[in-house]
Amino acid sequence: MPTKVRVMPTMLYKDLGLVKGVGFDSWRRVGGAMQAVKVYNMREVDELVLLDIRATIEGRSPDFALIDDLADDCFMPLTVGGGIRTVDDVRQLLQVGADKVSVNSAAITTPQLIEQIAAKFGSQCVVVSIDAKAEPDGRWIAYTHSGTRATGRDPLEVAQAVENFGAGEILLTSIDRDGSMTGYDIDLIKCVSDAVSIPVIASGGAGTYADMAKAIAEGHASAVAAASIFHFTEQTPLEGKRYLSRLGFNVRL
Amino acid sequence: MHTVAIVDYGMCNLDSVARAVEECGGVAMVTGEATELGKADRIVLPGVGAFGDAMQNLRERSLDEALYDQVIRRRTPFLGICLGMQLLASKGWEGGEAEGLGWIEGEVKRLEPFAEDTRIPHIGWNEVAYNDDSCLFSKIPDRKDFYFVHSYHFCPKNSADILAETPYGRGFVSAVKLDSIFGVQFHPEKSQQAGFQVLRNFIGI
Repeated sequence: MPTKVRVMPTMLYKDLGLVKGVGFDSWRRVGGAMQAVKVYNMREVDELVLLDIRATIEGRSPDFALIDDLADDCFMPLTVGGGIRTVDDVRQLLQVGADKVSVNSAAITTPQLIEQIAAKFGSQCVVVSIDAKAEPDGRWIAYTHSGTRATGRDPLEVAQAVENFGAGEILLTSIDRDGSMTGYDIDLIKCVSDAVSIPVIASGGAGTYADMAKAIAEGHASAVAAASIFHFTEQTPLEGKRYLSRLGFNVRL
Repeated sequence: MHTVAIVDYGMCNLDSVARAVEECGGVAMVTGEATELGKADRIVLPGVGAFGDAMQNLRERSLDEALYDQVIRRRTPFLGICLGMQLLASKGWEGGEAEGLGWIEGEVKRLEPFAEDTRIPHIGWNEVAYNDDSCLFSKIPDRKDFYFVHSYHFCPKNSADILAETPYGRGFVSAVKLDSIFGVQFHPEKSQQAGFQVLRNFIGI
Protein backbone atom coordinates (compact mmCIF):
# COMPACT_ATOMS: atom_id res chain seq x y z
CA MET A 1 0.00 0.00 0.00
CA PRO A 2 1.40 3.44 -0.87
CA THR A 3 1.54 6.20 1.68
CA LYS A 4 -1.22 8.78 1.89
CA VAL A 5 -1.01 11.81 -0.33
CA ARG A 6 -0.02 14.87 1.65
CA VAL A 7 -1.44 18.33 1.03
CA MET A 8 1.18 20.77 2.27
CA PRO A 9 0.80 24.52 2.65
CA THR A 10 4.00 26.36 1.77
CA MET A 11 4.90 29.52 3.63
CA LEU A 12 7.50 31.81 2.11
CA TYR A 13 8.80 34.51 4.36
CA LYS A 14 11.17 37.40 4.36
CA ASP A 15 11.84 39.85 7.17
CA LEU A 16 9.39 38.11 9.53
CA GLY A 17 6.48 38.66 7.16
CA LEU A 18 4.80 36.06 5.00
CA VAL A 19 4.89 36.81 1.31
CA LYS A 20 3.62 35.28 -1.88
CA GLY A 21 4.82 36.14 -5.36
CA VAL A 22 4.17 35.33 -8.98
CA GLY A 23 6.93 33.63 -10.95
CA PHE A 24 9.28 34.12 -7.97
CA ASP A 25 8.73 37.89 -8.23
CA SER A 26 6.25 40.67 -7.26
CA TRP A 27 6.12 39.61 -3.62
CA ARG A 28 2.95 40.53 -1.76
CA ARG A 29 2.77 40.55 2.00
CA VAL A 30 0.22 38.06 3.25
CA GLY A 31 0.41 38.45 6.99
CA GLY A 32 2.39 37.36 10.00
CA ALA A 33 4.17 34.04 9.95
CA MET A 34 3.33 33.27 13.56
CA GLN A 35 -0.38 33.74 12.99
CA ALA A 36 -0.33 31.48 9.96
CA VAL A 37 1.54 28.71 11.78
CA LYS A 38 -1.05 28.83 14.56
CA VAL A 39 -3.91 28.55 12.08
CA TYR A 40 -2.33 25.63 10.21
CA ASN A 41 -1.56 23.91 13.49
CA MET A 42 -5.18 24.28 14.61
CA ARG A 43 -6.35 22.90 11.28
CA GLU A 44 -4.00 19.91 11.70
CA VAL A 45 -2.47 20.11 8.23
CA ASP A 46 -0.39 17.16 6.99
CA GLU A 47 2.86 19.08 6.91
CA LEU A 48 4.04 22.66 6.68
CA VAL A 49 6.86 23.95 4.47
CA LEU A 50 8.57 27.10 5.69
CA LEU A 51 11.03 28.75 3.30
CA ASP A 52 13.16 31.82 3.97
CA ILE A 53 13.47 33.19 0.44
CA ARG A 54 16.07 35.86 1.25
CA ALA A 55 18.61 33.97 3.35
CA THR A 56 20.83 32.64 0.55
CA ILE A 57 20.60 35.82 -1.51
CA GLU A 58 21.69 37.86 1.50
CA GLY A 59 24.36 35.31 2.41
CA ARG A 60 22.68 34.67 5.77
CA SER A 61 22.36 31.48 7.77
CA PRO A 62 18.86 30.30 8.66
CA ASP A 63 17.19 32.43 11.35
CA PHE A 64 17.27 29.78 14.07
CA ALA A 65 15.62 31.97 16.70
CA LEU A 66 12.68 32.70 14.40
CA ILE A 67 12.24 29.02 13.52
CA ASP A 68 12.42 28.18 17.22
CA ASP A 69 9.60 30.66 17.92
CA LEU A 70 7.48 29.43 15.03
CA ALA A 71 8.03 25.78 15.94
CA ASP A 72 6.76 26.42 19.46
CA ASP A 73 3.25 26.44 18.01
CA CYS A 74 3.89 23.71 15.54
CA PHE A 75 2.80 20.20 16.56
CA MET A 76 2.73 19.16 12.94
CA PRO A 77 5.50 18.01 10.63
CA LEU A 78 7.67 20.92 9.62
CA THR A 79 10.09 21.26 6.71
CA VAL A 80 12.38 24.27 6.89
CA GLY A 81 14.51 25.76 4.11
CA GLY A 82 16.52 28.82 3.19
CA GLY A 83 20.19 29.57 3.77
CA ILE A 84 21.28 26.06 4.77
CA ARG A 85 24.99 25.66 4.01
CA THR A 86 26.43 23.36 6.68
CA VAL A 87 25.68 20.20 8.60
CA ASP A 88 25.60 22.32 11.74
CA ASP A 89 22.82 24.49 10.25
CA VAL A 90 20.82 21.28 9.87
CA ARG A 91 21.60 20.13 13.40
CA GLN A 92 20.34 23.41 14.81
CA LEU A 93 17.16 23.40 12.72
CA LEU A 94 16.31 19.85 13.76
CA GLN A 95 17.04 20.74 17.35
CA VAL A 96 14.56 23.64 17.39
CA GLY A 97 11.77 21.64 15.83
CA ALA A 98 12.21 21.03 12.11
CA ASP A 99 11.57 17.44 11.01
CA LYS A 100 13.18 17.89 7.63
CA VAL A 101 15.33 20.52 6.01
CA SER A 102 15.03 21.75 2.46
CA VAL A 103 18.23 22.55 0.60
CA ASN A 104 18.19 24.36 -2.73
CA SER A 105 21.23 26.42 -3.75
CA ALA A 106 23.78 24.43 -1.73
CA ALA A 107 22.48 21.16 -3.21
CA ILE A 108 23.69 22.38 -6.59
CA THR A 109 26.89 24.18 -5.60
CA THR A 110 28.08 21.65 -2.98
CA PRO A 111 26.20 18.37 -3.43
CA GLN A 112 28.58 16.75 -0.91
CA LEU A 113 26.57 18.62 1.70
CA ILE A 114 23.59 16.39 0.89
CA GLU A 115 25.79 13.34 1.39
CA GLN A 116 27.03 14.68 4.74
CA ILE A 117 23.56 15.52 6.02
CA ALA A 118 22.25 12.11 4.95
CA ALA A 119 25.13 10.31 6.65
CA LYS A 120 24.63 12.25 9.87
CA PHE A 121 20.86 12.55 10.13
CA GLY A 122 19.56 10.08 7.55
CA SER A 123 18.22 10.58 4.03
CA GLN A 124 14.69 10.94 5.34
CA CYS A 125 15.38 14.42 6.68
CA VAL A 126 16.98 15.92 3.55
CA VAL A 127 14.62 17.46 1.06
CA VAL A 128 16.24 18.96 -2.02
CA SER A 129 14.14 21.68 -3.55
CA ILE A 130 14.54 22.12 -7.28
CA ASP A 131 13.19 25.26 -8.90
CA ALA A 132 12.69 24.78 -12.62
CA LYS A 133 11.93 27.19 -15.45
CA ALA A 134 11.18 26.42 -19.07
CA GLU A 135 13.52 27.86 -21.69
CA PRO A 136 12.08 29.32 -24.90
CA ASP A 137 12.91 26.01 -26.64
CA GLY A 138 10.85 24.12 -24.06
CA ARG A 139 13.70 22.57 -22.09
CA TRP A 140 13.64 23.00 -18.32
CA ILE A 141 16.56 24.53 -16.44
CA ALA A 142 17.13 24.31 -12.68
CA TYR A 143 17.57 27.62 -10.85
CA THR A 144 19.08 28.52 -7.48
CA HIS A 145 19.06 31.58 -5.21
CA SER A 146 15.28 31.92 -5.15
CA GLY A 147 15.04 31.63 -8.91
CA THR A 148 17.62 34.30 -9.70
CA ARG A 149 20.47 32.10 -10.98
CA ALA A 150 20.22 29.67 -13.85
CA THR A 151 22.39 26.58 -13.40
CA GLY A 152 22.16 25.37 -16.98
CA ARG A 153 21.30 21.92 -15.64
CA ASP A 154 18.29 19.80 -16.40
CA PRO A 155 16.09 19.39 -13.28
CA LEU A 156 15.70 15.69 -14.06
CA GLU A 157 19.45 15.24 -14.03
CA VAL A 158 19.74 17.29 -10.81
CA ALA A 159 17.05 15.14 -9.18
CA GLN A 160 18.86 11.91 -10.04
CA ALA A 161 22.18 13.33 -8.90
CA VAL A 162 20.88 14.46 -5.50
CA GLU A 163 19.07 11.15 -5.02
CA ASN A 164 22.45 9.45 -5.47
CA PHE A 165 23.95 11.83 -2.93
CA GLY A 166 21.31 10.72 -0.42
CA ALA A 167 18.42 13.17 -0.72
CA GLY A 168 15.24 11.67 0.72
CA GLU A 169 12.66 13.77 -1.05
CA ILE A 170 12.35 16.36 -3.83
CA LEU A 171 10.34 19.55 -3.62
CA LEU A 172 9.86 20.40 -7.27
CA THR A 173 8.65 23.90 -8.09
CA SER A 174 7.81 25.30 -11.49
CA ILE A 175 8.89 28.95 -11.49
CA ASP A 176 6.70 29.57 -14.55
CA ARG A 177 3.59 28.36 -12.75
CA ASP A 178 4.46 29.76 -9.30
CA GLY A 179 1.67 32.01 -8.06
CA SER A 180 -0.21 31.71 -11.36
CA MET A 181 -2.88 29.36 -9.98
CA THR A 182 -3.14 27.91 -13.50
CA GLY A 183 -2.23 24.37 -12.49
CA TYR A 184 0.98 22.46 -11.82
CA ASP A 185 3.43 21.78 -14.64
CA ILE A 186 2.37 18.15 -14.97
CA ASP A 187 4.96 17.26 -17.61
CA LEU A 188 7.79 18.53 -15.41
CA ILE A 189 6.48 16.70 -12.35
CA LYS A 190 5.94 13.44 -14.22
CA CYS A 191 9.33 13.57 -15.85
CA VAL A 192 11.12 14.01 -12.49
CA SER A 193 8.86 11.66 -10.47
CA ASP A 194 9.39 8.86 -12.95
CA ALA A 195 13.15 9.35 -12.91
CA VAL A 196 13.67 8.91 -9.15
CA SER A 197 12.55 6.44 -6.48
CA ILE A 198 12.24 8.98 -3.66
CA PRO A 199 9.02 10.94 -3.04
CA VAL A 200 8.42 14.07 -5.12
CA ILE A 201 6.36 17.00 -3.85
CA ALA A 202 4.64 18.92 -6.64
CA SER A 203 4.80 22.69 -6.23
CA GLY A 204 3.97 25.82 -8.18
CA GLY A 205 0.65 26.63 -9.83
CA ALA A 206 -2.11 24.96 -7.82
CA GLY A 207 -5.34 26.88 -8.41
CA THR A 208 -7.95 24.23 -7.75
CA TYR A 209 -8.25 20.89 -5.99
CA ALA A 210 -8.50 19.31 -9.44
CA ASP A 211 -4.95 20.54 -10.13
CA MET A 212 -3.80 18.57 -7.08
CA ALA A 213 -5.53 15.43 -8.29
CA LYS A 214 -3.81 15.82 -11.65
CA ALA A 215 -0.34 16.22 -10.09
CA ILE A 216 -0.85 12.93 -8.25
CA ALA A 217 -2.62 10.88 -10.91
CA GLU A 218 -0.75 12.12 -13.97
CA GLY A 219 2.38 13.66 -12.46
CA HIS A 220 2.96 10.75 -10.05
CA ALA A 221 3.70 13.16 -7.19
CA SER A 222 3.65 11.80 -3.62
CA ALA A 223 2.50 15.09 -2.17
CA VAL A 224 1.21 18.45 -3.31
CA ALA A 225 2.40 21.78 -1.97
CA ALA A 226 0.51 25.00 -2.48
CA ALA A 227 0.52 28.56 -1.23
CA SER A 228 -1.55 31.07 -3.22
CA ILE A 229 -4.61 28.85 -3.26
CA PHE A 230 -4.60 28.89 0.56
CA HIS A 231 -3.58 32.54 0.97
CA PHE A 232 -5.83 34.16 -1.62
CA THR A 233 -8.86 31.89 -1.98
CA GLU A 234 -11.35 30.20 0.32
CA GLN A 235 -9.87 26.80 -0.47
CA THR A 236 -8.28 24.86 2.42
CA PRO A 237 -5.98 21.84 2.77
CA LEU A 238 -8.76 19.85 4.45
CA GLU A 239 -11.31 20.56 1.70
CA GLY A 240 -8.61 19.63 -0.80
CA LYS A 241 -8.17 16.27 0.86
CA ARG A 242 -11.92 15.68 1.02
CA TYR A 243 -12.05 16.34 -2.71
CA LEU A 244 -9.14 13.94 -3.34
CA SER A 245 -10.77 11.32 -1.14
CA ARG A 246 -14.01 11.51 -3.14
CA LEU A 247 -11.97 10.81 -6.26
CA GLY A 248 -10.55 7.69 -4.60
CA PHE A 249 -7.13 9.00 -3.57
CA ASN A 250 -5.72 7.75 -0.28
CA VAL A 251 -5.51 10.74 2.08
CA ARG A 252 -5.60 11.32 5.81
CA LEU A 253 -8.90 12.82 6.94
CA MET B 1 2.90 15.23 37.91
CA HIS B 2 5.40 12.90 36.27
CA THR B 3 8.88 14.04 35.40
CA VAL B 4 9.75 12.83 31.93
CA ALA B 5 13.44 12.72 31.06
CA ILE B 6 14.09 13.39 27.39
CA VAL B 7 17.52 12.01 26.66
CA ASP B 8 19.85 14.45 24.91
CA TYR B 9 22.60 12.51 23.18
CA GLY B 10 23.29 14.89 20.31
CA MET B 11 20.71 13.34 18.00
CA CYS B 12 18.24 16.22 17.69
CA ASN B 13 14.53 16.99 17.75
CA LEU B 14 14.52 17.51 21.51
CA ASP B 15 12.49 20.72 21.57
CA SER B 16 9.46 19.26 19.79
CA VAL B 17 9.39 16.26 22.09
CA ALA B 18 9.82 18.41 25.21
CA ARG B 19 7.01 20.75 24.18
CA ALA B 20 4.69 17.86 23.38
CA VAL B 21 5.42 16.21 26.75
CA GLU B 22 4.55 19.48 28.51
CA GLU B 23 1.33 19.78 26.46
CA CYS B 24 0.45 16.26 27.58
CA GLY B 25 0.78 17.00 31.28
CA GLY B 26 4.33 15.84 31.95
CA VAL B 27 7.21 17.85 33.32
CA ALA B 28 9.87 17.69 30.62
CA MET B 29 13.48 17.35 31.73
CA VAL B 30 15.89 17.45 28.80
CA THR B 31 19.16 15.96 29.96
CA GLY B 32 22.34 14.40 28.66
CA GLU B 33 23.66 13.58 32.14
CA ALA B 34 23.67 9.92 33.10
CA THR B 35 23.27 10.89 36.77
CA GLU B 36 20.10 12.90 36.10
CA LEU B 37 18.08 10.00 34.69
CA GLY B 38 17.36 8.64 38.18
CA LYS B 39 15.24 11.73 38.91
CA ALA B 40 12.73 10.87 36.20
CA ASP B 41 9.53 8.80 36.43
CA ARG B 42 9.46 8.27 32.69
CA ILE B 43 12.20 8.25 30.06
CA VAL B 44 11.84 9.20 26.40
CA LEU B 45 14.61 8.50 23.90
CA PRO B 46 14.00 10.55 20.75
CA GLY B 47 16.36 10.60 17.80
CA VAL B 48 17.03 11.30 14.17
CA GLY B 49 20.06 9.94 12.39
CA ALA B 50 22.28 6.97 11.87
CA PHE B 51 22.06 3.97 14.20
CA GLY B 52 25.81 3.50 14.73
CA ASP B 53 26.46 7.19 15.53
CA ALA B 54 23.58 7.18 17.98
CA MET B 55 24.90 4.15 19.89
CA GLN B 56 28.37 5.65 19.96
CA ASN B 57 26.98 8.92 21.37
CA LEU B 58 25.07 7.04 24.07
CA ARG B 59 28.20 5.09 25.06
CA GLU B 60 30.48 8.14 25.08
CA ARG B 61 28.14 9.79 27.58
CA SER B 62 27.70 6.53 29.60
CA LEU B 63 24.01 6.90 28.87
CA ASP B 64 23.69 3.28 27.73
CA GLU B 65 24.61 2.09 31.24
CA ALA B 66 22.47 4.73 32.96
CA LEU B 67 19.49 3.78 30.77
CA TYR B 68 20.05 0.10 31.57
CA ASP B 69 19.99 0.90 35.29
CA GLN B 70 16.80 2.91 35.10
CA VAL B 71 14.83 0.98 32.51
CA ILE B 72 15.88 -2.64 32.99
CA ARG B 73 16.81 -2.70 36.69
CA ARG B 74 14.43 -0.10 38.11
CA ARG B 75 11.71 -0.59 35.49
CA THR B 76 11.15 3.10 34.76
CA PRO B 77 8.69 3.22 31.84
CA PHE B 78 10.58 3.94 28.62
CA LEU B 79 9.46 5.23 25.23
CA GLY B 80 11.77 5.22 22.21
CA ILE B 81 10.68 7.40 19.30
CA CYS B 82 11.78 6.71 15.70
CA LEU B 83 15.55 6.11 15.96
CA GLY B 84 14.99 5.80 19.73
CA MET B 85 12.75 2.79 19.05
CA GLN B 86 15.22 1.26 16.64
CA LEU B 87 18.02 1.46 19.22
CA LEU B 88 16.09 -1.07 21.34
CA ALA B 89 17.12 -3.72 18.80
CA SER B 90 20.07 -6.08 19.08
CA LYS B 91 21.56 -4.84 15.85
CA GLY B 92 21.18 -2.11 13.22
CA TRP B 93 22.45 -1.67 9.67
CA GLU B 94 22.15 2.09 8.99
CA GLY B 95 25.68 3.31 8.23
CA GLY B 96 27.15 -0.19 8.67
CA GLU B 97 26.51 -3.00 11.16
CA ALA B 98 26.26 -1.80 14.75
CA GLU B 99 25.16 -3.24 18.06
CA GLY B 100 22.06 -1.71 19.66
CA LEU B 101 20.82 -1.59 23.25
CA GLY B 102 19.52 -5.12 22.71
CA TRP B 103 16.55 -4.85 25.08
CA ILE B 104 14.16 -6.19 22.47
CA GLU B 105 15.62 -8.88 20.24
CA GLY B 106 15.66 -8.06 16.56
CA GLU B 107 17.35 -6.14 13.77
CA VAL B 108 16.88 -2.77 12.12
CA LYS B 109 16.85 -3.05 8.34
CA ARG B 110 16.25 -0.79 5.39
CA LEU B 111 12.68 -0.64 4.10
CA GLU B 112 12.35 -2.60 0.86
CA PRO B 113 10.41 -1.07 -2.02
CA PHE B 114 7.47 -3.32 -2.74
CA ALA B 115 5.82 -1.81 -5.78
CA GLU B 116 6.35 1.22 -7.98
CA ASP B 117 4.14 3.35 -5.78
CA THR B 118 6.09 2.54 -2.62
CA ARG B 119 8.79 5.14 -2.42
CA ILE B 120 11.57 5.04 0.16
CA PRO B 121 12.00 6.97 2.51
CA HIS B 122 8.50 6.45 3.89
CA ILE B 123 7.44 10.03 4.53
CA GLY B 124 3.96 11.07 5.56
CA TRP B 125 0.88 9.86 7.36
CA ASN B 126 -0.03 6.23 7.64
CA GLU B 127 -2.25 3.86 9.56
CA VAL B 128 -1.22 2.17 12.77
CA ALA B 129 -3.00 -1.11 13.44
CA TYR B 130 -2.41 -2.15 17.05
CA ASN B 131 -3.09 -5.48 18.73
CA ASP B 132 -3.50 -4.17 22.26
CA ASP B 133 -5.37 -1.05 23.35
CA SER B 134 -4.65 -1.42 27.05
CA CYS B 135 -1.54 0.72 27.17
CA LEU B 136 -0.05 3.04 24.55
CA PHE B 137 -3.05 3.04 22.19
CA SER B 138 -5.78 3.41 24.78
CA LYS B 139 -8.58 5.80 23.62
CA ILE B 140 -7.17 5.85 20.07
CA PRO B 141 -9.21 4.37 17.21
CA ASP B 142 -7.54 1.43 15.48
CA ARG B 143 -5.87 2.34 12.17
CA LYS B 144 -5.53 6.00 13.08
CA ASP B 145 -2.94 7.91 11.02
CA PHE B 146 0.41 8.89 12.49
CA TYR B 147 3.34 10.78 10.98
CA PHE B 148 6.32 8.77 9.74
CA VAL B 149 9.64 9.85 8.32
CA HIS B 150 12.12 6.97 8.04
CA SER B 151 14.07 4.66 5.72
CA TYR B 152 14.77 1.86 8.22
CA HIS B 153 12.46 -0.31 10.31
CA PHE B 154 12.66 -2.56 13.35
CA CYS B 155 12.15 -6.31 12.73
CA PRO B 156 11.62 -7.89 16.18
CA LYS B 157 12.59 -11.55 16.52
CA ASN B 158 9.64 -12.41 18.75
CA SER B 159 6.19 -11.59 17.44
CA ALA B 160 5.04 -11.18 21.06
CA ASP B 161 7.02 -7.92 21.19
CA ILE B 162 5.04 -6.41 18.30
CA LEU B 163 2.47 -3.87 19.48
CA ALA B 164 1.42 -2.35 16.15
CA GLU B 165 2.00 -2.64 12.42
CA THR B 166 1.64 -0.31 9.44
CA PRO B 167 0.65 -1.40 5.93
CA TYR B 168 3.37 0.31 3.89
CA GLY B 169 5.24 -1.70 1.29
CA ARG B 170 5.34 -5.22 2.68
CA GLY B 171 4.15 -3.85 6.02
CA PHE B 172 6.40 -3.03 8.96
CA VAL B 173 6.33 -2.95 12.74
CA SER B 174 5.34 0.54 13.89
CA ALA B 175 5.30 -0.08 17.66
CA VAL B 176 6.93 -2.56 20.03
CA LYS B 177 6.37 -3.38 23.69
CA LEU B 178 8.14 -5.52 26.25
CA ASP B 179 7.04 -5.03 29.88
CA SER B 180 7.26 -1.26 30.41
CA ILE B 181 9.57 -0.68 27.43
CA PHE B 182 7.82 0.88 24.44
CA GLY B 183 8.99 2.00 21.03
CA VAL B 184 7.15 3.78 18.23
CA GLN B 185 8.45 4.30 14.70
CA PHE B 186 6.14 7.27 14.10
CA HIS B 187 6.52 10.71 15.69
CA PRO B 188 3.85 11.17 18.38
CA GLU B 189 5.10 14.71 18.97
CA LYS B 190 4.16 15.58 15.37
CA SER B 191 1.06 13.43 15.04
CA GLN B 192 -1.32 15.99 16.48
CA GLN B 193 -4.26 14.72 18.61
CA ALA B 194 -3.59 11.01 18.19
CA GLY B 195 0.10 11.55 18.91
CA PHE B 196 -0.66 13.52 22.05
CA GLN B 197 -2.94 10.72 23.23
CA VAL B 198 -0.06 8.25 22.85
CA LEU B 199 2.12 10.54 24.97
CA ARG B 200 -0.64 11.01 27.56
CA ASN B 201 -1.09 7.24 27.71
CA PHE B 202 2.64 6.72 28.16
CA ILE B 203 2.92 9.39 30.86
CA GLY B 204 -0.11 7.89 32.62
CA ILE B 205 1.12 4.28 32.60
